[in-house]
Amino acid sequence: MGLLGGFFDKKASSKDIAKDRLKLVLIHDRANCTPEVLDMLKVDILNVIANYMEIDEDEMEIQISHTPKNENGEVMPVLYANIPIKSIKKTQKAHQGQNGG
Amino acid sequence: MSEVIVITSGKGGVGKTTASANLGTGLAALEKKVAMVDADIGLRNLDVILGLENRIVYDLIDVVEGNCRLKQALIKDKRYSNLFLLPAAQTKDKTAVNPEQMQKLCDNLREEYDYIIIDCPAGIEQGFKNAIAGADRAIVITTPEVSAVRDADRIIGLLESSDLKSPLLILNRIRSDMVKRGDMMALDDVTDILAIDVLGVVPDDETIVISANKGEPAVIDEKSRAGQAFRNISRRILGEQVPLMKLDVEEKLLDKLKNFFRTGN
Repeated sequence: MGLLGGFFDKKASSKDIAKDRLKLVLIHDRANCTPEVLDMLKVDILNVIANYMEIDEDEMEIQISHTPKNENGEVMPVLYANIPIKSIKKTQKAHQGQNGG
Repeated sequence: MSEVIVITSGKGGVGKTTASANLGTGLAALEKKVAMVDADIGLRNLDVILGLENRIVYDLIDVVEGNCRLKQALIKDKRYSNLFLLPAAQTKDKTAVNPEQMQKLCDNLREEYDYIIIDCPAGIEQGFKNAIAGADRAIVITTPEVSAVRDADRIIGLLESSDLKSPLLILNRIRSDMVKRGDMMALDDVTDILAIDVLGVVPDDETIVISANKGEPAVIDEKSRAGQAFRNISRRILGEQVPLMKLDVEEKLLDKLKNFFRTGN
């Protein structure tokens, strides 16, 4: 943004507002799943994974999208998760250890 | 080989009928034999856009019910002798026809025509199911508004779960001045959101209103920018590679200055 940019652009452009609103509405429409539910799901998944491996939380990505096409020619919503692993915990029964300790 | 193309949108008022009239006429101008079918039973309008409203004798329901032969119901266009319209019935409703009958109708039209363009009604119920039943390909039309894009997304989902894979998008009524100042979604904003390939973009243009007033599709008006967009889209339907239209208009001095300051860093 230039020195004078702020003079003309006082607020976020209405196009960006439209786009953000649309994205949220479509997540809901496509999967019948609210952003709140998705956030709760994300936290739960993280907690489970944390028992076994160390992951990069900043780079992880969890979203609802849909399959291009499937065997029956139907479009299905899918939960897409991309979770980069930093390291795998050494003990196989790490969670038991944590639960016990 | 003939092709049945349905023009659909979900939301009403985004330009399905205008696009149908212009693409039907555009393909006829490219010397294809074209039949346009108004599938909006009970709310027919394609006849009016084409200026053929005074020539209707029989309609789609008459054909389906066997009150007349298909050829009797098809109205020849005023300008192109290779362009025909099968009008919708005005006094019936959408339940007067079913998808099997529509499919049979389309198959009968295939014998005579290179392209069959079906103008789909708004909504996702019976009328939509009828309109897509006999189609090989679907074109989804939308405007750069939240509600229209949302409905287009729903329609794309429904098309893909039926037999109509890979629908194509027409983004209608773009105002480049509003896009430029960040008050309207541009093509890339819409395609970011909808998983669909683009068939064309059409600028918001007064000549569409004027051409509808006269009953002469804008595609035959050499000076119309929207008409040019529809001419391009018609050629793309035939498989030609035509670059997307540049939507920029000549900027006024004041806008130029504003844009200079806005981006001038």
